[in-house]
Amino acid sequence: MSEQKNNYPKPRLVPVPSTNIIPERDIDKRPILECRHLGVDFGGLTAVDDFNMAIGRTEIAGLIGPNGAGKTTVFNLLTKVYQPTRGTVMIDGRDTAGKSTIQVSHMGVARTFQNIRLFNNLTVEDNVKIGLHEHTKYSALSGILRLPSYWKKEKEAHEKTLELLRIFDMQDMAGYQAGSLPYGAQRRLEIVRALATGPSLLLLDEPAAGMNPSETAELMHNIRKIRDTFQIAIMLIEHDMNLVMGVCEGICVLNFGRIIAKGTPDDIQANPAVIEAYLGKRKEG
Amino acid sequence: MNRTNRVNFATYAMVILAFAALQIMGSAGMLSSTVRGQLVPICAYAAMALSLNLTVGVLGELSLGHAGFMSVGAFAGAVAAAALPISSDPLRLAAAMLAGAVFAAVAGTLVGIPVLRLNGDYLAIVTLAFGQIIKSIMENLYIGVDSRGLHVSFLENRIIFRDGGKMILNGAMGVNGINKISTFTAGFILVMLVLIVIFNLVGSRAGRAIMALRDNRIAAESVGIPVTKYKLMAFVISAAMAGAAGALFALGQNTITANKFDFNTSILILVFVVLGGQGNMWGSILAATFLTVLPETKAMRGLADYRMLVYAVVLILVMLATNNPAMQDFINTRFRRKKKKEGTVR
Repeated sequence: MSEQKNNYPKPRLVPVPSTNIIPERDIDKRPILECRHLGVDFGGLTAVDDFNMAIGRTEIAGLIGPNGAGKTTVFNLLTKVYQPTRGTVMIDGRDTAGKSTIQVSHMGVARTFQNIRLFNNLTVEDNVKIGLHEHTKYSALSGILRLPSYWKKEKEAHEKTLELLRIFDMQDMAGYQAGSLPYGAQRRLEIVRALATGPSLLLLDEPAAGMNPSETAELMHNIRKIRDTFQIAIMLIEHDMNLVMGVCEGICVLNFGRIIAKGTPDDIQANPAVIEAYLGKRKEG
Repeated sequence: MNRTNRVNFATYAMVILAFAALQIMGSAGMLSSTVRGQLVPICAYAAMALSLNLTVGVLGELSLGHAGFMSVGAFAGAVAAAALPISSDPLRLAAAMLAGAVFAAVAGTLVGIPVLRLNGDYLAIVTLAFGQIIKSIMENLYIGVDSRGLHVSFLENRIIFRDGGKMILNGAMGVNGINKISTFTAGFILVMLVLIVIFNLVGSRAGRAIMALRDNRIAAESVGIPVTKYKLMAFVISAAMAGAAGALFALGQNTITANKFDFNTSILILVFVVLGGQGNMWGSILAATFLTVLPETKAMRGLADYRMLVYAVVLILVMLATNNPAMQDFINTRFRRKKKKEGTVR
């Protein structure tokens, strides 16, 4: 076992300038996300290193790589669950250094989680309304005293919630307890909750995990629909190659915490470094 | 009307009906003097249980020092009632309860700012210590009043009165000779107010944010909920309500001492909450009522010495029962057959 590990091929690094995978339509506008030399160490272990990436304002970008490559770590760096050891993350041209998860959320980054994190004891409607927290502002006191602002804002929140649930055709589930929903619906609810925060960049961590092919196809359609409706950028981590190749415009491949390739789906599929990372290198005779 | 609203209105109705029934029975002379004497404490403990349920059930943090806030409210209320120049008893009681709520809220803020950065067991330990600290402070606090106003002395009694001055809070001796101005009606109003505040809070934006923290803190942060703000809000509101309940309780007693609000009282209130169900407000009221009345009934008098033992056993049994999958299945199939839904187990 250990012998095999020693022989495991080191990834070949392909340096690519960070801006070259932005879709043409976004090229004149400021990228929504720009990472420069981003890296994080956990003790002596470098989990992510020299991560450079830019995402266009309406781009659907993919982040792929073998298990343990550091994909979710990148998401956690972008949302400040971990503070980066090196490098910068710019959201819409603003540096996020020293910002907290909450502040990054207010800057317009929303995410879903690989292991679903819903507010399980609350209803579907309340889950979405919590996402709307920053957009339905009234004081706690007017909530307790049920002042007119409460009724007005709650009505707005209710209508907005149903509108958002309609994206995934979930408006009939509004009264259900979130924890009692079937798995696929929980994943969709997480996306709706993230959208409710009014993001300009949506991070989806394995949105198709555990879905069957027809659900995945529907998800692909919905990801495009979200981008077209809200005109936002979406970045997704996914192992389902059909989904990644079908929906992503720019793809970034991560292995051992470093980017090994960037490009369009066609570029990536033909890239020997990617094939090597996923399948290993053929033994030279 | 959705399920939450139905439960809320049923709870209001339950409290109003119970109050009306007891009032009628009282005026018809059907209540024994023991029960009549228990009416104000019942209301005070019900309000305490509700307020702790806000911290434990809604915010999801374990607090073992809730009697500390009751203590602050009780002494602040007793001092306010003795010192304020208000002739009308109901108004004086209202002012005392307000004073109790304000002082307890201040104490809640002071404790909450450092403590709410902790989670789970650590929060429980620090709140436990806080309860003891409050008790020690109250045992060493001397407050008197004369024509110049309030005099406060700490650790030893150095108060020198002008003519007509009197001692209100006398250190470990507590407050003696309290003018009993608390009434059952006032208690009922307090319980109703506490219920309204909790239900309206839970049904509003702030309440949703608080419950989001309880269910999943990481997800709540990811949608931009300011964690510390809402934790503190729930904790301070809870403390303020406990303070008002403490004032009500104190003004229904002849004498109060700091000993009354010790760790056992904190646990007692926690038992009300756990027995009534976390996040379940009518359960808290029922548990507080029965556990306040039962030890005073003739049949249970003999067991009075074993009270804490019985509570401990009850707590353990409730924990075992609610965390046992087989037991949950049994309850679900027997009592909730119609409403049974997959995966609703907490």
